[in-house]
Amino acid sequence: MATERPDHQRIVITGVGLSAPNGNSLPEFRHALLEGRSGVSAFETRYFGPTVAGVCDFDELRHQKRKEVRRGTRAGSVGIFCASEAVADSGLDWENVDRSTVGIYVGVTEHGNVETENEIFLIKGFDYDTQYWSHHHNPRTVANNPAGEISLNLGVTGPHYTLGAACAAGNAGIIQGVQMLRLEECDVALCGGVSESIHSFGIFASFNSQGALAKHESPERASRPFDADRNGIVVAEGGCMFVLERLDAARARGAKIHGEIAGYAMNSDATDFVLPDPGRQAECIHLALRRAGMNPEDIDIVSTHATSTVSGDAQECQALRQVWGDNGRHTLMNNTKSFIGHAMGAAGALELAGNLPAFDDGVCHASINLDRLDQQCELPGLVANRPREVGTINTILNNSFGMLGINSVVIVKRV
Amino acid sequence: MTADEIRKAILEILHDIAPDEDLSGLKDEVPLRDQLPLDSMDFLDIVMELRKRYRIQIPEEEYTELASMASTVKYLEPKMKDM
Repeated sequence: MATERPDHQRIVITGVGLSAPNGNSLPEFRHALLEGRSGVSAFETRYFGPTVAGVCDFDELRHQKRKEVRRGTRAGSVGIFCASEAVADSGLDWENVDRSTVGIYVGVTEHGNVETENEIFLIKGFDYDTQYWSHHHNPRTVANNPAGEISLNLGVTGPHYTLGAACAAGNAGIIQGVQMLRLEECDVALCGGVSESIHSFGIFASFNSQGALAKHESPERASRPFDADRNGIVVAEGGCMFVLERLDAARARGAKIHGEIAGYAMNSDATDFVLPDPGRQAECIHLALRRAGMNPEDIDIVSTHATSTVSGDAQECQALRQVWGDNGRHTLMNNTKSFIGHAMGAAGALELAGNLPAFDDGVCHASINLDRLDQQCELPGLVANRPREVGTINTILNNSFGMLGINSVVIVKRV
Repeated sequence: MTADEIRKAILEILHDIAPDEDLSGLKDEVPLRDQLPLDSMDFLDIVMELRKRYRIQIPEEEYTELASMASTVKYLEPKMKDM
């Protein structure tokens, strides 16, 4: 059980920095979630044309010079904004933190599509003559780019890298941070996930070809997990970075503790490129619960992964029913993608962050746009359309799954 | 293009490459790197922008000609005089 670990091995969240399509700080994001305010809007992208997306409006120049923005990537800017805000939220005396003891672990669904598409578009104007291909292409597209840009910006000389984990990446970043702290590879972990996916037409076109891209007359109604009329994913950009520390260090400096990582798990379906496997998802949840020393009924809120696709939502609900059965009425279930769309590599981290204030305000935010529940998506504790006041919330379980059958679960508890 | 026009074109490129810098006091005879925070990737940007905007090819062994504003203008004058 997590509580049996010595404080030096217990890992807590002491800082949160984020940009979501409906908020650029945890209080703003939480307010939007409790208000039922969507961040999805009309969007147009190269070649693909009009569609809908979750678009962020954070101020890049708050933490970067114009030259850094020009040279770097959108994912890098998202990461820098979120990491800088997380450090500020943590209350760490950053100027005096030994930066060689800080590790940066950033989950990404993909990286390099945006920059490659941009370069191909630009050399089209030069009849595809590759001597016009930018020398910035390689530093922009190396897989560690978003983490590396954070390292450059914050002067962090400890390890930095990204974790390619499809749409499970946000949780994967957090899990990596926990592991590295326990292994004493770092003393402070900046971890989470980022996404710049809306700037790649290929992401939209591929989901569209797959029949899995959301379409709706009203953009804010397009992301509708569990609804019988859902028709696909709303692609979103965004990011969320956490500051993780060991409990003893956090307490020693009197840090505000947002929650403790009580358990986690990752596994693989090994069945299909795209279609999820509810059996493996359920196994992943069980493994995380076992590591946390908890039973399903010990979980107060399940933050579901559901992306608003026809098959994916039903498959996750099958996994959830498999774990919670009919005895899960105590456990509430919500969905954050219904507000912001699918923020890809950032999704897991953002969705966990959106639920964390429940430890303080005692409210479970809803899954919105749920007009007509799909019978395949019936869940005993589903919170539909309006937030539910619970009183005391002690535990949150955060699902995040991705293509090629990658599953991740993180459990956070109140400290 | 005249020498003044070439200087103006270089300033426009520098403004894009170093958007945070005040270029109004740039001294033409002093190396650019002594006045601006430019690294090797920035000089490659100058080469690339000259290629994109004016179709000018600068061989790698001649990159040193771009050290200062004065040397850059002098080097580019014969290449851009008919533009």
